[in-house]
Amino acid sequence: MLNIEKWKIILTALLCVLGVAYAVPNILSPERQAWMQASLPGWMPQRTVNLGLDLQGGSHILLEADTAAVIAERMQGMLDAARKELTAQKIGYTDLTSDKTSISFRIRDLEKDRSAAYKIASGLAQNLDIQIEPDGKLTARISEAGINALKTQIISQSIEIIRRRVDETGTKEPVIQRQGTDRIVLQMPGVENPEEIKSRLRETAKMSFHLPDPNATATSRPGAFSMRLPLKDQPGATMVVSKRVIISGEMLVNAQSTFDSQNQRPAVSFKFDSIGAKRFCEVTRDNIGRPFAIVLDNTIISAPVINGAICGGDGIITGNFTTQETAELALLLRSGALPAELKVIEERSVGPTLGSDSVEAGKKAVMGAFVLVCVMMVGFYGMFGMFANIALALNMIFILAVLSMFQATLTLPGIAGIVLTIGMAVDANVLIYERIRDELRMGRSVLSSIDLGYKNAMSTIVDSNLTTLIVALILFSFGTGPIKGFAVSMSIGIATSMFSAIMITRIIIVAWLRKTRPATLEL
Amino acid sequence: MAFRIRILKNTPNIDFMGHHKIGMFIGLALIALTIGLLFTRGLNFGIDFTGGVLIETTMPAGTKVEDVRAKLAHLQVGTPTIQEFGENTLMIKIPGKEADTAAQKQIYAEVQQALGSEAEFRRTEYVGPQVGKELIWTGFWAFIYSMAGIMIYIWARYEWQFGVASIASLAHDVVLTILFFIVTGIEFDLATVASILLVAGYSVNDTVIVFDRIRETLRKYRKMPIKDVINKAINDTLSRTIITNCSTLAVMCVLAVFGGPSIQGFVYAMILGMIIGTLSSLYIAAPILAYLNVRAETVATPESDADAADAEGAAKKA
Repeated sequence: MLNIEKWKIILTALLCVLGVAYAVPNILSPERQAWMQASLPGWMPQRTVNLGLDLQGGSHILLEADTAAVIAERMQGMLDAARKELTAQKIGYTDLTSDKTSISFRIRDLEKDRSAAYKIASGLAQNLDIQIEPDGKLTARISEAGINALKTQIISQSIEIIRRRVDETGTKEPVIQRQGTDRIVLQMPGVENPEEIKSRLRETAKMSFHLPDPNATATSRPGAFSMRLPLKDQPGATMVVSKRVIISGEMLVNAQSTFDSQNQRPAVSFKFDSIGAKRFCEVTRDNIGRPFAIVLDNTIISAPVINGAICGGDGIITGNFTTQETAELALLLRSGALPAELKVIEERSVGPTLGSDSVEAGKKAVMGAFVLVCVMMVGFYGMFGMFANIALALNMIFILAVLSMFQATLTLPGIAGIVLTIGMAVDANVLIYERIRDELRMGRSVLSSIDLGYKNAMSTIVDSNLTTLIVALILFSFGTGPIKGFAVSMSIGIATSMFSAIMITRIIIVAWLRKTRPATLEL
Repeated sequence: MAFRIRILKNTPNIDFMGHHKIGMFIGLALIALTIGLLFTRGLNFGIDFTGGVLIETTMPAGTKVEDVRAKLAHLQVGTPTIQEFGENTLMIKIPGKEADTAAQKQIYAEVQQALGSEAEFRRTEYVGPQVGKELIWTGFWAFIYSMAGIMIYIWARYEWQFGVASIASLAHDVVLTILFFIVTGIEFDLATVASILLVAGYSVNDTVIVFDRIRETLRKYRKMPIKDVINKAINDTLSRTIITNCSTLAVMCVLAVFGGPSIQGFVYAMILGMIIGTLSSLYIAAPILAYLNVRAETVATPESDADAADAEGAAKKA
């Protein structure tokens, strides 16, 4: 018992020093913290505990992307491509339709066209499962892997565009992450009222140019290849346009808020990339005298008449806009269209006063709990209680250090977890001390009582802590928000408390034994 | 340190097994009651689970809750629950299955109007209906996996009887904590689920300590009847049980006083759960071992035989 290996003592001392070093930045003034982060090399301890949004104030928004609609839209695109190819290769077909995840058509002459039709279908997209039934019905269905790949692509594109739009508002350090298959978490520290940002995310800003359907009248039902859309300028009025997209917003390379040179009304100027410019040139040349529709998020924002071929690659959108609207529209067009519509499905915002109130409450609770437990331990175990208290104090420093080191987020429930840890950390010492009492009562010497006390208590301590750790880890992997914060500090607390309650008190007690060599022990 | 507090001067000799039947009966009766109430009265689910809008707002001094309630009565989107929540602070909750972001915006505006421009929103939350449903299932599965994890661990470290007994007492503790939420009507939200799972963690911690002592005692006194072994183990660890409970309950009380209103439910659940968890280790978990026919042979190891010989030799001498 009296002999603890040198390396264990050195390692413990080293860990204590490291713990203090990593914890210290947290108690310094903000100026000092800023100085440390600016001037100390990266490997030195300088980071402070990362406060959760509930403690520093801010907004947490969970968005869901309508990926199903995008996939259905892709099927519509495949349908158009298939029609074009089938016609070009003179393959007879009927019943060409698409649904949410597949397209299908019936081949008229299966014997003759089977392989050609198959080839066309497989060229439509990757990850297609193609089946041809005996009656000639060909179905090309996007596979599970294909759907997942598409979703991943949609979500990562969305994250990129959300980042651009949020950055334009001047929000500092937003966290934008994918969650699950089609969700995105957006966390913005310091943003108390996310209404403005939400309104920016509500617009997908999907812009496209369409030609009007020449056969449609004011009341006719749109056919399979055209759609009726409202006009922004004239409430209630609609216009039937072809579903075919002539030019899409992706072909835009720039957009700026400007004024129409003819009437000085607010407008948005834009510039196409080379493909867009070429196509726009062809379409305007072939359709002089007819209008074309500029569609933004399923509303026709402008339907000017083509006066002549426009081949320069730039143009302006005029309409019934205010300057604020044109600025907003230009921003949205610049940052790119969101590939899918986003819906807010969860939102939690905390104002700065509640955050700082919670921090204060947390500090009080932690200090209060610490003092109370210290008093109780001294009351129960006297000097040995003091030893346990030193370990407890170090344990709190370790928790702070680990939280800072790994940049784990501390939330209000997390603080509750730390308070609970304070109460439970001394359990290891209580177990050890009770065992020592047992041995003393049985008439053993001081030395062997302490030795046996530690030895006998060890398996109990390990088992009881590991079972609690199992719960904490499961909470961590399952939990969201408050539960996760709690689990993090709980897990860290269990790990550090086992170390400090066992190793540190042991070293202190051995040092004390060596110095005083007591013949009897009152415990 | 002459004024040292001694909880128990000597190891007590209380016959826990003697009245375990009362404990078990009370436990079973309360479980039955909980199941009954769960279907009749149900839990007061927070918006985490029902979906809806929550606003915690300061209100100008002198504002009456009834006035606010009257002003908000015409809200089209649902019936608000309005509670005072600390000094000059209101908590307004509108559970809404259909609430969407537009409704949410409208609610914020109406509340701001009802309270005047002085009121400051301290916290706003919106939970969509499908998120609420998912959170319920997440909580449920977290609970099931925790139980399974604990059972497997205890099975591996002890014997299957110990695993079964610990799960039984754990389920008992969790159910009774839920009973507390049904009876008091305290809101059942995500933080509550966390507290219930922690009650589980704490309770199993306590159970493991008693089990460990039972196993040790069984190996030491191989001839002792299981009933006496259990009694001895509980009595031997009683001092620790009391001291650790005192310190954890003390810190929970500190949290109740200082932690602020938003974690009150959590703290009460923990306090109650800890007491139940401790009692169930004594009255549920340990007696089940006796019913499952745990004997010295169940936990025997080669070295424990030597220990037992020692102990019995010592006992004969005495």
